[in-house]
Amino acid sequence: MRVPSSMISWLVAVAALLALPWLVTSDYYVNIASQIVIAAILALSLNLLIGFGGMTSLGHAAYLGVAAYLSIYLTAHAGFGHLAGALIAIGATTVLAMLFGFLALRASGLGFLMITLALGQILWGVAYRWASLTGGDNGLGGLKRPHPFGLNLMDPAIFYYFVLAFLGIALWCIARFVQSGLGQSLQGTRDQPRRMRALGYEVWLIQWLSFVFAGFWGAVAGLLYAYYHQFVSPQTLHLTTSAEALLMVIAGGTGTLLGPVVGAALVVILKNIVSAYITRWLILLGVIFVAIVLFMPEGLVPGLTRWVRALRNRPPADKPADAPSVAKGPAR
Amino acid sequence: MNFWIIQGLNGLAFGSLLFILASGFSLIFGLMRIVNLSHGAYFMLGAYVGVSAIEAGVNFWIAILIGGGAICILGTLIERFILRRLNGQPLAQVLVTLGIAFIIADTCVWIWTGDPRPVPMPRELAGALRVSNLAFPIYRLFVIGVAFALAAALWLLLERSRLGAMIRAGVDDLPMARAMGIRTSLLFSAVFCLGSALAGAGGVLAGPILSVYPGLDSDMLPLALVVVILGGVGSLVGAFVGSLLIGFIYSYGQALFPDLAYVILFLPMVLVLTLRPTGLFGRQAI
Repeated sequence: MRVPSSMISWLVAVAALLALPWLVTSDYYVNIASQIVIAAILALSLNLLIGFGGMTSLGHAAYLGVAAYLSIYLTAHAGFGHLAGALIAIGATTVLAMLFGFLALRASGLGFLMITLALGQILWGVAYRWASLTGGDNGLGGLKRPHPFGLNLMDPAIFYYFVLAFLGIALWCIARFVQSGLGQSLQGTRDQPRRMRALGYEVWLIQWLSFVFAGFWGAVAGLLYAYYHQFVSPQTLHLTTSAEALLMVIAGGTGTLLGPVVGAALVVILKNIVSAYITRWLILLGVIFVAIVLFMPEGLVPGLTRWVRALRNRPPADKPADAPSVAKGPAR
Repeated sequence: MNFWIIQGLNGLAFGSLLFILASGFSLIFGLMRIVNLSHGAYFMLGAYVGVSAIEAGVNFWIAILIGGGAICILGTLIERFILRRLNGQPLAQVLVTLGIAFIIADTCVWIWTGDPRPVPMPRELAGALRVSNLAFPIYRLFVIGVAFALAAALWLLLERSRLGAMIRAGVDDLPMARAMGIRTSLLFSAVFCLGSALAGAGGVLAGPILSVYPGLDSDMLPLALVVVILGGVGSLVGAFVGSLLIGFIYSYGQALFPDLAYVILFLPMVLVLTLRPTGLFGRQAI
């Protein structure tokens, strides 16, 4: 059982999320909230690999982009219905995750990172060059948001609730996964792969199943991304998208359930604010990466907390070294 | 028949450019365990610096030296002041190089705008070589020659020189090499400096063939990664064979199935990772 105080803060958080369209009246902010929710689903799925599996992937945009491309192509250009298009897109992307997982898990640590990056960038090249199918640099559009159960998803508030429901399901499923035997053994393979192997666990299979599960949720995020933007371009598949997702995970603190949600909010809000003033988001993204690694390798939120504590001259309540950090995570 | 010869030579030329990039990348990864994700950005920045030098009236050959030298200095600074601080934290180093790659890429758009820059060919290498009814640009033959000469020079450096013996010792067993009294910190700087210089000079050399454009880094970096995955970690022969292989696949693919040139790149990766995850010439899994 949870302690009541955390129960209350949960209820307050959920109530605030539900009341958000009334609190902010402008459609612009409701749309940003939808962007955050979709990004959060992507970050949650990536955190399964990075935080709980110790597998740093730099190709997670693949699932977002492929699902988005497929759903738009199938429904807007190949004449499929919305439900069929969505199911096929998610199913096919999950199959792609099975293949990519098979390839990437031939290596571990840095090799895993290189293979995921290479696979992701090849997909980007395919989307960019195979113009007859993907529209090339112009991207693919023409998707109309569906009307599930008579809901008008063109309404920003209703769309927000729609994606929020998916975030709730994703959180529930991923929390269940992490607590399940498979999720526990995944964390075991992250910390002690050799010992797990010696104990008779099929390390490869555990990692592969988790990889596919993460790919599935990446695909769900991609479907919602397609509905939100009603458009997809090669940029969605690009390394920068993978890097942004990675930043969300690191920013919120890896290996926690809600960290990626906070990280997604931070990154999306920052990107929207910055883009309103300057066009150099990519430079800022790079500077943030360098700064995080150099100054707060345990993540932005835990790092800032540590700084605030240090400024107040208080001894830290918990040792930051215990938090799984990306920088010091298992390399090989 | 002519088609196969011409495209084969094109593939050889592209593979040569790739080798100039990937050999440095592979050496750095093999010795220092740093996946230098800035390597594609070094290539592009070197090319832009070279273009600016040429537009300022500098001779093409001097421009190659300027491009290579500038990136060499930049790489050395990054290695000394950033990567060294993160010694023993490979993932942190990767993320830093990724951040630096973004900074360089966006800065290039800032300075040189988003329009592609054509790079003029050096006058003495313009024109085509004609053999019976085949014509092939002399410049591409020259690039192929440079890559083969570089491969030979690197082979001599690694296999026949004292520095090379130290590098090989470091690749095989770093703690033991250090224990034997090899100054690995100097070695790291030397290799990173060499790799950066090759990337920068390679960028200028590639200019007349590929021209320079934003996104050149994103085009080249994954190819360098694929070369290392195919060839094996830290293996010069692997980088050479892998580069030429990818050059051929890419060139024939682009000519035969222009839409699918990138899809075909999956094939060698699937095959090598399935059948031989150490890479063709690697001794250890990546």
